[in-house]
Amino acid sequence: MDVFLIQLLNGLDKGGAYALIALGLTLAFGTLGIVNFAHGALFMLGAFCAVTVQQILTMSVKVRDESITFFEAYKEQPYLEIWWGDTGTAIIDYAVPISILFVIPIMLLIGLALERGLIKHFYKRSHAEQILVTFGLAIVLQEIIRAFFGANPIPTPAPDIVAGSAAIGSFLGLSDNLVYPWWRLIYLAFSSLVIFGVFAFLKFTTFGMVVRAGMADRETVGLLGINVQRKFTIVFGLAAVVAGVAGAMYAPILPPDYHMGMDFLVLSFVVVVVGGMGSLGGAVTAGFLLGILQSFASMNEFKAIFPGIDQIIIYLVAVIVLLVRPRGLMGREGVMED
Amino acid sequence: MSNKDKNDNNLANTRRSFMKKSATAGIIAASSAPTFFMKNAFAADGSFRNMPGMGKSIKLGFNVPQSGAYADEGADELRAYKLAVKHLNGEGDGGLMNTMKPLSLKGNGILGKKVEYVTGDTQTKSDAARASAKRMIEKDGALMITGGSSSGVAVAVQSLCQEMGIIFMSGLTHSNDTTGKDKRRYGFRHFFNAKMSGSALGPVLKEEMGTERQAYHLTADYTWGWTQEESIKETTEALGWKTTATVKTPVGAGDFSQYITPILNSGADTLILNHYGKDMINSLTQAVQFGLRDKQVNGKNFEIIVPLYSRLMAQGAGENLKGILGTTNWNWALTDAGSMAFVKSFGAEYGFPPSQAAHTCYVQTLLYANACEMAGTFYPPAVIKALEGFKFDGMGNGETEYRAEDHQCFKNVLVVRGNQNPTSQFDLLEIVKEVPRSQVEYDASIFGGELGPYKV
Repeated sequence: MDVFLIQLLNGLDKGGAYALIALGLTLAFGTLGIVNFAHGALFMLGAFCAVTVQQILTMSVKVRDESITFFEAYKEQPYLEIWWGDTGTAIIDYAVPISILFVIPIMLLIGLALERGLIKHFYKRSHAEQILVTFGLAIVLQEIIRAFFGANPIPTPAPDIVAGSAAIGSFLGLSDNLVYPWWRLIYLAFSSLVIFGVFAFLKFTTFGMVVRAGMADRETVGLLGINVQRKFTIVFGLAAVVAGVAGAMYAPILPPDYHMGMDFLVLSFVVVVVGGMGSLGGAVTAGFLLGILQSFASMNEFKAIFPGIDQIIIYLVAVIVLLVRPRGLMGREGVMED
Repeated sequence: MSNKDKNDNNLANTRRSFMKKSATAGIIAASSAPTFFMKNAFAADGSFRNMPGMGKSIKLGFNVPQSGAYADEGADELRAYKLAVKHLNGEGDGGLMNTMKPLSLKGNGILGKKVEYVTGDTQTKSDAARASAKRMIEKDGALMITGGSSSGVAVAVQSLCQEMGIIFMSGLTHSNDTTGKDKRRYGFRHFFNAKMSGSALGPVLKEEMGTERQAYHLTADYTWGWTQEESIKETTEALGWKTTATVKTPVGAGDFSQYITPILNSGADTLILNHYGKDMINSLTQAVQFGLRDKQVNGKNFEIIVPLYSRLMAQGAGENLKGILGTTNWNWALTDAGSMAFVKSFGAEYGFPPSQAAHTCYVQTLLYANACEMAGTFYPPAVIKALEGFKFDGMGNGETEYRAEDHQCFKNVLVVRGNQNPTSQFDLLEIVKEVPRSQVEYDASIFGGELGPYKV
């Protein structure tokens, strides 16, 4: 039972990240018809927003380290700690949650700028050309980050209060062995909340209704005098925000480096394809499903029978799904079939 | 003269002039061709690849990971190389040249030629490392290649250097294979290896953790990880420990949670992390986040062992490394004259003490330079012979010998523990035991392999 629960939690946790990125990808594809290979780079940019906020908060003055006597060593003391003592230390400790406040407007602006500046010129071009231009954009973005932040992962810790793990087993009256890191639980709750928020926004707001109508029949909505394009541009910005906050919140789990977006992008495309191109529900379902499968495939019991299954399970499932249901789990007829 | 005759004449002229031009071009090319057009590394006239000739300087190639999982080590290695070049050229305080015995270096470069350097990024990938080493040898004329913070890279570059007749002084590489089954005549390793880590760690593990343990290995899936797992498993099983599972993880996996969760209910009471660099920082941090260090299994406290670690990793892992046992090639807190001279010199230059990766790279550069001086030439076979069996002291690990049979250095090994009460920001490793060289020596033949010829 413990083994099952912990692998399930781990799968949901991984699945949350996959689902968030896949959701943004699908939003852009469903509205603008753009296959956005730069979406992983937006996830990475979000994580680096968290890094930047942390670096701003920890801007330091160099002071002599008196404990080193046989050469002149210096240690860094953040200005916030000098000015505000323990309050300053606490603010630095909460760098990642604080960064979310900045990630949302910054990523929205980046998303809008990308759509207006580049993506809109490729609406009527083939998917192959869209993939080429967005892939090129992803490379440019990651090289910019590499130039500013270097190639090394940058530790971006969660606040101390949630640095340990939660005794879920004791709480549920199960084994004491069942523990799970607090931040990963927070990430799972956060990703669920964002997914729910996006669905609620599309389902229950007038804006969302127009967007959904536009996705179904763009021409008719346009004939009603609604500027569908403007709504879709905002949706692209929204997709960038979703990817950005997903990246920022993921920073304490995996120290960000310039390449992290590309690592997630490939998996997320598999998730989108398995879920069905253009299906928001499909993207989320497939994200969690594949995360859980990957987690269970890592159990030694499975690996003893199928060595290396943890490395290939996602692709294996993708192949099977595409053979049995070529449009993916929840794909619609006519999407990317022209 | 008919048109046909004219044409034939023109053709003949053209053919003749073409033959003449070709012959002239051939002579010019043969006389001025760089040595990389040579089929072998040595020409019949005694010249060799990248022979300095009458030039006033020579170039060394520093091939280090500037990106990838081992980039931190790479950055520190590069700092050490630059410092070594400075000292070789007679600048700065001379560092270990003040303590090395026997010393043939004079502080005027190598054999009177100023030392220059070129750098390459191995990207912690074997193919990229080979490509950058090849570029430094063929394009930049590097006379010696050194570096690497991954055994996969070291083995690949060492093999390339053997083919090209260029000496390779490896940096941080800990796999048994580097001086075992993949050893090469042109490759030399100052750093210790997994077998020596196991031999050094065994008695300390027995003393601190007893003889009844269930060990679970997480292992980086490449040559270093495999040989370390094998050597540590051999050591712990000889103590009476059982091995619950050995799980291979991809290098640079980042999120190790899916490999850590199965440990929680495996019945293991000890986790052995055969990871290094960023991988080790991530896997250890995540293992601690998953509460492994707070667990009680089989009536014992759950323990984590990191057989190979360094201060740089300790810095990245922070609090999580406190109390954890492992081994290291060298530590800046050693109080012998050589270590102190190096720390002082490095600290004055960069404002912080050197890592073990920096130490081994600095020492390797000096050892190569010293061997050239001893041989009185840059001719690789003569330099190799000067290094083989060379005994030296004053470089930070006590009396050391470059064993001729496998080009492995034998010296004291440190068993260390993550410091529970550091006195400074750098005081992260506590030296538990300085294991004497005699305890970590082994028969050179146990890993097989062939050094190969002196002339290639």
